[in-house]
Amino acid sequence: MLTLTPLEVEALGLSLRVAVWSVGCSLPFGLAVGWLLARRDFPGKILLDGLVHLPLVLPPVAVGYVLLVLLGRNGWLGMWLRDWFGITVAFTWKGAAVAAAVMAFPLMVRAIRLSMEAVDRRLEAAAGTLGAGPVRVFCTVTLPLALPGLLTGAVLAFARSLGEFGATITFVSNIAGETRTLPLALYTLIQRPGGEAGAIRLAVVSIVIALAALVASELIARRVHRGLGRADGRQRHA
Amino acid sequence: MLEVRIRRRLGAFQLDAAFSTGAKGITALFGRSGAGKTTVVNALAGLLRPESGRISVGDRVLFDSETGVDLAARHRRVGYVFQEDRLFPHMTVERNLRYGMARNRSTGALTFEQAVDLLDIGALLGRQPRALSGGEKQRVAIGRALLSDPDIVLMDEPLASLDAGRKSEILPFIERLADELRLPVIYVSHQMDEIVRLADSVVIMNDGRVAAVGPLEEVMSRLDLRPLTGRYEAGAVLTTTVREHDLTFGLTRLSTPAGLMWVPHLDAPLHTTLRVRVRARDVSLALSRPTDSSILNVFEGTVKEIGQEDGPQVDVLLDVGAPLWARVTRKSLAELRLAPGSPVFALIKAVAIDRYSVGPGRSGGRLRR
Repeated sequence: MLTLTPLEVEALGLSLRVAVWSVGCSLPFGLAVGWLLARRDFPGKILLDGLVHLPLVLPPVAVGYVLLVLLGRNGWLGMWLRDWFGITVAFTWKGAAVAAAVMAFPLMVRAIRLSMEAVDRRLEAAAGTLGAGPVRVFCTVTLPLALPGLLTGAVLAFARSLGEFGATITFVSNIAGETRTLPLALYTLIQRPGGEAGAIRLAVVSIVIALAALVASELIARRVHRGLGRADGRQRHA
Repeated sequence: MLEVRIRRRLGAFQLDAAFSTGAKGITALFGRSGAGKTTVVNALAGLLRPESGRISVGDRVLFDSETGVDLAARHRRVGYVFQEDRLFPHMTVERNLRYGMARNRSTGALTFEQAVDLLDIGALLGRQPRALSGGEKQRVAIGRALLSDPDIVLMDEPLASLDAGRKSEILPFIERLADELRLPVIYVSHQMDEIVRLADSVVIMNDGRVAAVGPLEEVMSRLDLRPLTGRYEAGAVLTTTVREHDLTFGLTRLSTPAGLMWVPHLDAPLHTTLRVRVRARDVSLALSRPTDSSILNVFEGTVKEIGQEDGPQVDVLLDVGAPLWARVTRKSLAELRLAPGSPVFALIKAVAIDRYSVGPGRSGGRLRR
């Protein structure tokens, strides 16, 4: 049976913490951008869409480098964060969470956007004639009906965050106990002579977690679909 | 009192509609599909913005292009019953019903319990919309619109998606709400039988324009509107009251503006106001009162107008104390030498008036004027 070594526990704990923060902090933005893309027409919409999807097509190393330039100790965003909030993200686990969030953002936005586009706008119009303002329509109609896609997006982003490698190692380096998440620990073991056994163990751990997340998301989505009054439990969107 | 004057272009379609209605009662918006009925109703509800015009309910202006007024849908106090029910699928019936109540000021026209009672949906409150039949869904949708405390109710073909059985299940509820709530109702339909049963007045729309506005009886009797109101179902609408029941022969005698009329027995109390549609094809003409005929109902009157239709049959408008239509062959017309002003007798077969063409006493016994 698999018992984890302290180093593995550390990497696993760090990965989970990074992924939870990554998803938790990017979810409100993902919702906002998903809603904008699904429900609003504005100049520059294509540009925003492209920008959001950029991490999906850019080399992760390039994303990590851009983050380093912007959010590093001497980057203008990084300096601003440090001077005003006393937060340093470069070479910390917070930076790893930022890198993971940026890399996972396109997946999250995509799932949320698709599920919001699938919400019947006629129901929103009906809510309007019943006296509901835009905020109430969003909270009571759009959001609950888009919930399956929202959950799917969150789980996808979570899984993507767990596996983030290129942007993370470029932006926050590979510091044991601080930024050495599961994939980085795996990489470190592979680089070391005689590390194969440990590498295989970590690969198995990664597979188990990712699979568990996907199964959990499917089960939750089925429950939600049932609650939404859809006869079938299958996910239709996202 | 609703006053509408709106213009809106949608592709090649140009809407240019103006009409007004009374402070209460059901006004039917009638026309073929594509005539612009739904566009008008959506403009009233604030779901579609006219290019120019003015919409007001009572002294509240909902839209005025000149002064720049354009209230958002949520501020219009318009109850909208859509063609599809549009119930929120993730809420129970009760939460659907209460959704619009949040904005209610101190007291609405209707309490939750009254609405549930009026629409007979008490047993459905805990259910999800997907577990309801089509007719039940539409009743809940009507309840939800009423409970949002509207100044006016819009119904866009609420029965269109229902079969005949479900329709007759909903019609009485719509009749009751118009009577009991004293709200103006705009009822969109292209079904003449629904309109005859429900409407007090009719707005006839054609190609984005209002072709006619007026009381139901008057609009139905206009020959120039015949292409729009339909030929097969064409007929006059008489407002009648129940005078007596003849149980021996299973007949009911109605008092009409044209005189007394026998119809097959109706299960309605004496003095109930009933609206009866007499189809043109069920009325024939004679120059003298038939003495040995099976026809029970004979009304004396004059020819007012003769239709200019091609084909073997012609519709003739009569004045028998009320407008009445007769459909006769062109041959009979020539042989009887009928012309406007000719005295005639209209013969109506009693059996021609079936239950289907009889609307129940919408006014609860009081005579409609």
